[in-house]
Amino acid sequence: MKTDKNGAAPRSMLRRKLMIGAAAMALSVAVLPRVGLAQTPPTSEVNTTGLAVTDDTVTVGILHSITGTMAISETGSVQAEKLAIKQINDMGGVLGRKIEVVQEDGSSDWPTFAEKAKKLLVEDKVAAVFGCWTSASRKAVLPVFEQYNGMLYYPTFYEGLEESPNVIYTGQEATQQIIAGLDWVAKEKGAKSFYLLGSDYIWPRTSNKIARKHIEDKLGLKVVGEEYYPLGHTQFNSVINKIKLRKPDVIYAIVVGGSNVAFYKQLKAAGIDMTKEKPLLMTISVTEDEIRGIGGENIEGAYATMKYFQSLENENNAEFVKAFKDMWGQDIVIGDVTQAAYLGPWLWKAAVEKAGSFDIDKIKEASPGIELTTAPEGYVKIHENHHLWSKTRVGHAKADGQYEVVHETTELMEPDPFPEGYQ
Amino acid sequence: MFADYSWSELGSIFAMQGFAGLVLFSVFVLMALGLAIIFGQMGVINMAHGEFMILGAYVTYLTSNFFQAAAPALMPISFFIAMVLAFFASGALGMLVEMALIRFLYKRPLDTLLATWGLSLILQQTYRTIFGAREVGVTLPDWMMGSLPLTDLVEIPINGLIVMAITLAITMAVALVMFRSRFGAQIRAVVQNRPMAGAVGIDTEKVDRFTFGLGCGIAGVAGSAFTMIGSTGPSSGQLYIVDTFLVVVFGGATSLIGTVASAFTISQAQSTMEFFLSGSMAKVLTLLTVVAILMLRPQGLFTLKVRR
Repeated sequence: MKTDKNGAAPRSMLRRKLMIGAAAMALSVAVLPRVGLAQTPPTSEVNTTGLAVTDDTVTVGILHSITGTMAISETGSVQAEKLAIKQINDMGGVLGRKIEVVQEDGSSDWPTFAEKAKKLLVEDKVAAVFGCWTSASRKAVLPVFEQYNGMLYYPTFYEGLEESPNVIYTGQEATQQIIAGLDWVAKEKGAKSFYLLGSDYIWPRTSNKIARKHIEDKLGLKVVGEEYYPLGHTQFNSVINKIKLRKPDVIYAIVVGGSNVAFYKQLKAAGIDMTKEKPLLMTISVTEDEIRGIGGENIEGAYATMKYFQSLENENNAEFVKAFKDMWGQDIVIGDVTQAAYLGPWLWKAAVEKAGSFDIDKIKEASPGIELTTAPEGYVKIHENHHLWSKTRVGHAKADGQYEVVHETTELMEPDPFPEGYQ
Repeated sequence: MFADYSWSELGSIFAMQGFAGLVLFSVFVLMALGLAIIFGQMGVINMAHGEFMILGAYVTYLTSNFFQAAAPALMPISFFIAMVLAFFASGALGMLVEMALIRFLYKRPLDTLLATWGLSLILQQTYRTIFGAREVGVTLPDWMMGSLPLTDLVEIPINGLIVMAITLAITMAVALVMFRSRFGAQIRAVVQNRPMAGAVGIDTEKVDRFTFGLGCGIAGVAGSAFTMIGSTGPSSGQLYIVDTFLVVVFGGATSLIGTVASAFTISQAQSTMEFFLSGSMAKVLTLLTVVAILMLRPQGLFTLKVRR
């Protein structure tokens, strides 16, 4: 990766200079294709289904919300996908073809997502789409991808209960995120009782269902309360009082969006100091991105279970964080989903190269078993069910808005979107 | 559900729950007051109310950043300076909007709904462009965070006390302006009979502009106060708009005292039910109750006799 990147930079500089000189134009056209010719198979071989692939370009789609309430979350994913695509292009592209991007805005509106997905697949004939964030948007585009046979790389951790040949899920399904965290808190912190809390929609409810089953059936511990608040709820004083009354060892919180900020500010104001860990707070919904809105001082001491934290110490991640900051600004933060979104283009590239073709059906077949050793989170591998094998980690929130990694599973967690005994 | 607890525990929980209800009451009053003036007095359905609040929140964010960088010594009082700035920023924007948009629509009150909804989308996207799509974290002075422990169990959140104090101050100020000042008399005169108010020499257009500005300014103060308890992002205003209209309509749109009474009823009902039921169920029951009461009393809890 490194040598390629360094090797590619002068070449693109050279090309830019050639392009400037009009006289040299003919030369550049004549020379460049010959440079790539060795590894570039003919288009008729790698594209038998009429996708937008030419002799030197391949078009992909990015479909996220740039406007509306979800823009807050999806911005990071767009940035990560663009970074990955830029890096792949700097290395010479995919099968010798530069990636070109058509970006569409889902506008935080699910029917719009479906409409734009159809546009990308039918009009633009894109070879792959990187996009969607909420489960609702994914559910809206799923029939489109299955009908028109497209490929979607979906970055968000989600509730599971889905498996489509047309989707690669680069985030964790619920059991991957939840079980290891609960095991850790029971073993290391001696937690005996849990209070489950969440925003009222499918992801928190399904996740808490899995958490409850695991706490009660597998760990033999107690759930002392389970509660949901409407999305966008801003007053949590009543539930905080209930928590104080029930005295759980662990508050298990899956609150999302603007509610998140209100919840943590009010928790702190009510005198629950999370650094004392009485009760301890564990969440699966707060990444470094969300902490920027909440304020590090309001969530210091909480634990989060994710597969990726910006503070992970390994070479891949150091390079990734540096490249991300160079491209998008030094004070930016990177959360779990942003990293998962970054994997999308790389996994697609690996699948295309393994299949030796851009054809969707061949990519579907080639995807299981694909490994990525350059992932910022470490090593990942695509499972038969199109989810990723990955490690689960527990992070401890610090006042500066970063997590300190305090636990990491030794083995890769197997993705299990339809977990038996948990439904 | 109370069998496992001792009397002293129950006593302290009820005390804290009562306080939580009062805080919710203050929040409702604060967010509804501005709208009560605009909707109640002027008949303008201002769907952009939440965005005027968020403007106040962003002003607070900028001010606190400024003080942190330029004058850390003044940080403890920066919040109150921010609040005053928020009032003038939102008020000024409100007057501008009135001049450019609202005044053409006084005869078409239902169209104000669409126009201000469009305005709210424009403002949201503007915030997104200027401040970024992500929520911003507003740094508050240290003394405003945390709580006062009274006993082992009873802890009073300081930001709750501050919200209550601000609400009390703003409500009294509005009451003074509306019922004791010359400007208030003019507002009420224009509401009751516009042609007659004009005939006795009141500049009704100017009164309209300042009334709208006043309502928006109060929204800005509310937004500034809510940085203590909620989020500050381009679409955070949407979190408040439904509850705000609920409070104003339930109270009887034309009555300020009705707004206060309705905020009290809804907040107490909601916080009590939230304690005994789950959050979502509490919300459903609150809305059902409000619908039922409005079916019996379509004009809301309180009404003034207004010439139609």
